[in-house]
Amino acid sequence: MRSFAPVLTVVGAIMVIWYGAAVALNSSWAYDKAKRADVTLSFSEMVADTMAQKKPLLPAPHQVVAEIYKTTVLKKITSKRSLIWHGWVTLSATLLGFAMGTGFGILLAVGIVHSRAMDMSVMPWVITSQTIPILAVAPMIIVVLNAVGISGLLPKAFISMYLSFFPVVVGMVKGLRSPDAMQMDQMRTWSATQSTMLWKLRLPSSMPYLFPSLKIAMAASLVGAIVGELPTGAVAGLGARLLAGSYYGQTIQIWSALISAAVLAATLVALIGLIQNITLKRMGMLR
Amino acid sequence: MSWIIGALLFWAAMWLLNVQLSKRPQTRALSLLVPLIFGVTLLVLWEGMVRGFQISPILLPPPSAISVRFANSLPILWVDFVQTFVKGAMSGYIIGCGSAFLMAIAVNRSPFLQRGLLPVGNFVAALPIVGMAPILVMWFGFDWQSKAAVVVVMVFFPMLVNTVEGLKASDHMQRDLMQTYGASYWQGLMKLSLPAAMPFIFNGLKICSTLALIGAIVAEFFGSPIKGMGFRISTEVGRLSLDMVWAEITVAALAGSAFYGVVALIEKRVTFWHPSQRG
Repeated sequence: MRSFAPVLTVVGAIMVIWYGAAVALNSSWAYDKAKRADVTLSFSEMVADTMAQKKPLLPAPHQVVAEIYKTTVLKKITSKRSLIWHGWVTLSATLLGFAMGTGFGILLAVGIVHSRAMDMSVMPWVITSQTIPILAVAPMIIVVLNAVGISGLLPKAFISMYLSFFPVVVGMVKGLRSPDAMQMDQMRTWSATQSTMLWKLRLPSSMPYLFPSLKIAMAASLVGAIVGELPTGAVAGLGARLLAGSYYGQTIQIWSALISAAVLAATLVALIGLIQNITLKRMGMLR
Repeated sequence: MSWIIGALLFWAAMWLLNVQLSKRPQTRALSLLVPLIFGVTLLVLWEGMVRGFQISPILLPPPSAISVRFANSLPILWVDFVQTFVKGAMSGYIIGCGSAFLMAIAVNRSPFLQRGLLPVGNFVAALPIVGMAPILVMWFGFDWQSKAAVVVVMVFFPMLVNTVEGLKASDHMQRDLMQTYGASYWQGLMKLSLPAAMPFIFNGLKICSTLALIGAIVAEFFGSPIKGMGFRISTEVGRLSLDMVWAEITVAALAGSAFYGVVALIEKRVTFWHPSQRG
C-alpha cells in the first residue's frame, strides 16, 4: 500500500499527458472543419471538439472507456460486435498455447537437467530460437497451416507456444538445479532413484523459479495470439479488431481493443501471482 | 522412403556421437562442436523429411532450396535488411534505450517517482505493445520513421525497468563509503551506481535487441514502402514463394543472433568483474 499514492500520481500524470496530446493532435482537424464551415473557433470550443471527434488521431480516454462500455456491457456476448466475444477468441488461443508451451518447456527442462548431451546440444539452440523474430513470421505459419487444413485455434496456439516455452525452460532449468549438493547427497544416502529425486526434491524446490517464468510466458503468449490473429483476414479476436480498426481508420476501436488486451494481460498475470502466493505459502516457501 | 530412413539413421548416429562427446572433459571447442552437430542434424532431418514425404515446396521448402534462393537474391535481401534493420530497428533501438536510460537516471533521484513508475513500467512492459503498431504507422507515415517509433515504444519500458532496478544495485555500505569520500552526486553516479548497474542494463539491452527486430518487422505489416523484411515476408506469402520467405527469415535470424551476440560481447568486456562472467 506504500506505493499506492506514487502509482496514482504516475497514472494521473499519464492521463494529463494523454488529454493534452489528444487536444494537440486533434486540433488541426477541428480547425480544418471550422474553416470549411466558415466559423472561427474559440479555444474552449476547439478543446470540446477535440474530445468528441468520430475518427480522432488520438481519442481521449473517456471516449475509449465509453466505447469499451458500449461493446462489452450493451452488446450481447454472442454478437460479433461484442468485445467480450473477441476477447474470448483471443483468450482461448492464449490459454491453449500457454498450456502447451508450459508443458513442453517443463519436459525440455527435465530432459536438459538429466542428460548432459541434451544440455550441451539443445540449450544453445533454445536460446538462439528466441533471437529469431517468430512474431514476424507468424502470418506465414498461419497461412501455411491454413493451407494444410489446420485452422482456427491451433495455429495461433502454436505461435503462443513458441513464445511461451522459452521463459519456462530457462526458469525451470535453473529451478531444477537449485537443490544444493547437501540436499542431493541426502537423497542419495536414502538411495533415492532419479525419478524420486525429481518428484520429491527437484520439482518442489523449482516452484519459486517456475511462477515468475509463468508470468512472462503468459504475457508472451497473449502477444503471440494477438499477432496470430492479424493475417487471418480479420475475422475474430482482439488482433482482428486492431487490423480492422486500422483499415477503416477507426482509432477508437483500435484503442479499445488495445486497452482490453492490456486489461486481459494484467488479469492473467495477476491470477498467476495469486496462485503463486497460495502455493508458496502452503509449501512454506514464501519469503 | 530411403530419404526418411537415411535421415533418421543420421540423426541416431549423430546423437550417439554427441552423447560420447559430452562425456569427455569440457573444452571450448567441444562446447561449440556439440550444438553445431545438433544443428546440422536438424537440417538433415528437415531435408530428409521434406523429400521423403514429398511435401510440396509451397508448404515447406527444403533447406537446400532455401539456400539456393538465398544465394540468388542477395541484392534484394540486402536492401530489405538496410531498410528494416539499419534504418528501422537500429535507430529505434538507440533512441528508445537511450531515452529510457536518461529517464531512469532522472527517476533515480526521486524515491517517490521510483515507487510510482516501477509498477506502471512493469505493467506496460508486459503489455502487447505490438498492438500500437497500426496507430504509430498512422501517425508517422509508411517509411522507416514509423517503424523506429514502434521500436522506441517497445524497448522503452523494459529498458527503463531494468536500469532503475540496476541503479539500486549498489548496497548501503558502498554508498556510505562514497559519502565518506565526500563524493558529489555525479561522482557517486559515475564511479559507483552506473558500474554496479551494468549487469542489469545489459540484461535490458539484450532483451530489447530481440524486441527491436520484432517491432520493426511487425510494424511493416501495417503499411510500408515497397522494401523491407516485413513487407517482403507478407507479399511473398501472398505469392506462395515460401523459399523467399524462408530466406528472409534466415536473414532475420542471422541479424537477430548477431545483434544479440554483439551486445553480449560488449557485456563481457564491461562487466568482466561480475560472478556470472568469471566462471
